[in-house]
Amino acid sequence: MLRTAATNVLRQAKPARSAVFQYSYSMWSWLQKPKKEAPSGGVTATGSSASGSGAEQVARTMASAAGEETVTFEFCDKTFEGYNIEAPSQTTTLTKSDAIALYREMQMVRRLEMAADSSYKHKLIRGFCHLCTGQEAVPVGIEQALTKDDAIITAYRCHGFTYMRGAEPVGILAELMGRKGGVSQGKGGSMHMYAHNFYGGNGIVGAQVPLGAGIAFAQKYNNEKTCTVALYGDGAANQGQVFEAYNMAKLWDLPVLFVCENNKYGMGTAAGRAAANTDYYTRGQYIPGIRVNGMDVLAVRHAIAYAREYATSGKGPLVLEMKTYRYGGHSMSDPGTTYRTREEIQHMRSTSDPITGYKARILEAGIITEEEIKSIDKSAKKLIDEALAKAKAIPEPPASDLWAHVYKEGSDIPYLRGRVPEETHYYNVD
Amino acid sequence: MDPSVEPIRGLDLGVAHSKLLLRTVSDVRSNAELQHAGVADGETKKMNMCQAVNDAMRTVLATDETSVVFGEDVAFGGVFRCSVGLAEEFGRERIFNTPLTEQGIAGFGIGLAAMGHTAIAEIQFADYIFPAFDQIVNEAAKYRYRSGNEFDVGGLTIRTPCSAVGHGGHYHSQSPEAFFAHVPGLKVVMPRSAVQAKGLLLSAIRDKNPVVFFEPKILYRSAVEQVPVDDYELPLGKAEVLKPGKDVTVVGYGSQMYALENAVQMIERDMPGVSCELIDLRTILPYDIDTVMESVNKTGRLVVAHEAPRTQGFAAELAAEVQERCFLRLESPVQRVCGLFVPHPLVFERMYMPCAVRVYEAIKNSLSY
Repeated sequence: MLRTAATNVLRQAKPARSAVFQYSYSMWSWLQKPKKEAPSGGVTATGSSASGSGAEQVARTMASAAGEETVTFEFCDKTFEGYNIEAPSQTTTLTKSDAIALYREMQMVRRLEMAADSSYKHKLIRGFCHLCTGQEAVPVGIEQALTKDDAIITAYRCHGFTYMRGAEPVGILAELMGRKGGVSQGKGGSMHMYAHNFYGGNGIVGAQVPLGAGIAFAQKYNNEKTCTVALYGDGAANQGQVFEAYNMAKLWDLPVLFVCENNKYGMGTAAGRAAANTDYYTRGQYIPGIRVNGMDVLAVRHAIAYAREYATSGKGPLVLEMKTYRYGGHSMSDPGTTYRTREEIQHMRSTSDPITGYKARILEAGIITEEEIKSIDKSAKKLIDEALAKAKAIPEPPASDLWAHVYKEGSDIPYLRGRVPEETHYYNVD
Repeated sequence: MDPSVEPIRGLDLGVAHSKLLLRTVSDVRSNAELQHAGVADGETKKMNMCQAVNDAMRTVLATDETSVVFGEDVAFGGVFRCSVGLAEEFGRERIFNTPLTEQGIAGFGIGLAAMGHTAIAEIQFADYIFPAFDQIVNEAAKYRYRSGNEFDVGGLTIRTPCSAVGHGGHYHSQSPEAFFAHVPGLKVVMPRSAVQAKGLLLSAIRDKNPVVFFEPKILYRSAVEQVPVDDYELPLGKAEVLKPGKDVTVVGYGSQMYALENAVQMIERDMPGVSCELIDLRTILPYDIDTVMESVNKTGRLVVAHEAPRTQGFAAELAAEVQERCFLRLESPVQRVCGLFVPHPLVFERMYMPCAVRVYEAIKNSLSY
C-alpha cells in the first residue's frame, strides 16, 4: 500500500523530538513565531461596510475597493532579508476580503492537491505527478500581488499556479487524468498546465527560466507595465541556463522576477549538497535579491508586490528566494522519507504550516471567526469534491487528438502513421 | 572563377562552376518557381548566399514589427556577416547580441515566440546547437502539442551555419540536421543557394511552426546568384527536381548538391545514354517523399547523399521509406553516400566527405547492380 510521507506522518503523529531537529532548527530559525503578530489595535477599520464571510465570496478578487475595511499585519524580524537591496517593509496592509481570500485559496490549493493525491492512488492519474502540499503560500501569495496581465512561468510543480491563474479545479483534475476537458485538452498532464498568462507547466528542470526572460522582453518591448515571475526550485537553481537567464535579464534590465522556491530538497538531495551557495537570493550576484519566508502567505504577497514595483519601474530583475517546504515526496513515486526524517516533516507541519499559521493570524486579528473559517474549509472541500466528480465523468480525448497540434492546422505534414497502417492519419493539406 | 579548382578531364568542379545557380537575369525570368512566386519578372540583384540571408531578414524586419534578430555577435553583423547593417537600420533593440548562451538563446526565443512575436535566433555554428538541443526538442517542438494548442512558438526560427568548409574541424563542420529531423513538431530546412536561401528563409520565418534553418556556410560567399529583390517565399516541404533523368534518381540537399551535380556530369560523360534525375530535397522535415517516389518509380534506382554520418543519418530514413513504397520498382539497392562514422575530422576531411567521386561510384554501382 503506497502512502505518502505526509499521510504516514499524520498517522504516526509522534511529537517531534527536539534533538533530531536541532541541526536544522538554526537554519529555519527565521520561521519561529513572532512574539506578537499584530500590534494591539492592528486591525484598522477604515470603512463601515463589513464584507461578507469568506465562504460566500467565490470571486478571487485582488482589487481593493475604495472604502473597504483594511487590516495591517506586522512581520517578524527574519521574514525578509535583502541582498544589495533594502528589504520590504515590516508591515503590510490589505483589505479584509483579500486577507480572507488568501486563506480560502490556500485551502483550495491544498484540497486540490489532496484530491490529486487520492486520485493518483486510485490509479486515475498515471505517470508523473508533483504536488505542492506545504508550499501553498507561494502560488497564492504571488497571484494576489500580480495583475492578470503579468505573466507566470514555472516548472513541473504547477497545479497551484494553474489554479491561481484562473483555471477551474475541474480542468486541472481532468488534465491530471488525461481527459479531454483538461486545461491542456488532456495532452499535457501534471507537468504541462496552462492558463491565461501562465506559460506552464514545464517538464525540464530549469528550462523555463530563460523563457521567463523572453516573455519579460516581450513585455518590455510592448511597453507594458507588467512583469514576469519565473519560478524554479532550489535544484534547478544550479542549472546553467538559470544563470544565462540572469545575465540576459540584467543586461537588458528585463522586468522579470526570478523566484526560487527553496523547499530544501532538489528531488532527493538536500540543497546544501547540491549548491555551493544555498543563499539562493544572492545567487544573481549583480541582481539584487530578497529572501522571503515562503511559509507566510502575507510575506510572499508583500515581497512580490514590492518586487513587482521594482521590476515594472524599469529597474530590472530581482531574485527572490521563497523558503518553503514540501510535505510529500518530490513526485508521487518518491515516498519522501529516505533523505529526511519523518520528525522533520512533522516538525514543519506543526510549526510552519502556511495554512494553520495564517489561520491563527487572521483569527487573532479578529477579521474572521472560527465559524467562518470552518465554513470556508467546508466549502473548499465541497468545491474540490464536486470538481473531482465532474472530472472523472469527462471522457478521454478521441484517438484523432493523437495527431492534432503537432503543427499548426493547415501546415501539417501530409500524414502520421499510427500503431498499424490502418491508423494512419491523413491531414487535409491543400 | 575559382583558380584553385582545376578542371578534371574537361569538368569544372564545385559551386563556382555550377549550372544549378541562377547567374543571369534570364535564368531568373525563366525559373518556374520564381514565376509562380510572382517575382521572376521583377528587379534582381547579384547576391551571395550571405547577402540573400541578410536580405530575407531585412524584408521581415521591415514588414513585421514584432520581429527581432538575436544571437552571438549578430548586432555587429555576425561572424559570417549575415546580419550586417541590420542593427543600424532597425535599431539595437531589435537586432541585439546575446551572451554565449545557446540554451538561453533558444529558450529566450521560445518565450518570445510564445508571446506571438517573431524570433529569429542565430546559433553561431550548428555545432553549438547542442546546448540548445533540449530547448528545441523538449520545449519548442512540443509546446503546441503539450498545451493542447493553447500556446505555440510558431514565430521561432533558428538559423545556424552548418556543414564542412574544408578546415573547420570537429566543432565547426557538422551537419546535425538528422537529430532535428527526428523530432515531431519541428521543421528542418537547408538551402543550396542564394535564391533558395532567401525564399526558404522567408517561408521558415513566417511558418507557424518552429523551424531550424541550416545554412551551409561554404555557400555564403561562393553561391552567387541574381536574387529577386522583391519579397517571395519558396514552399517548405517541397523538393525541387533540378535535372530530369530516366535511369537513376540522385537526391541530396545543401552544399552536397554541388558534389551530386559533378558526379552526375561525370556519369553522363562516362556512360553515354545514361541520364540521372537530380533532386534537391530542400526541406528535410517534413520531406517531400512524393517527388522522390515519383522519380524512383520512373528510374528504379536511388542514390541519397549527405555530409552527416551515414549511421542513423537522414539517408537511412529516405532509403527505408523508398524501399517500402517502391519495392517492386527498384532495380538495385538504394545507395547511401554519406560522411564517415567518425567525428568530423580536421586533417582527413577529404576522406570523410561524400565527394563527387564517391557519389560517382555509388551511381555506377546502382546502375550496374
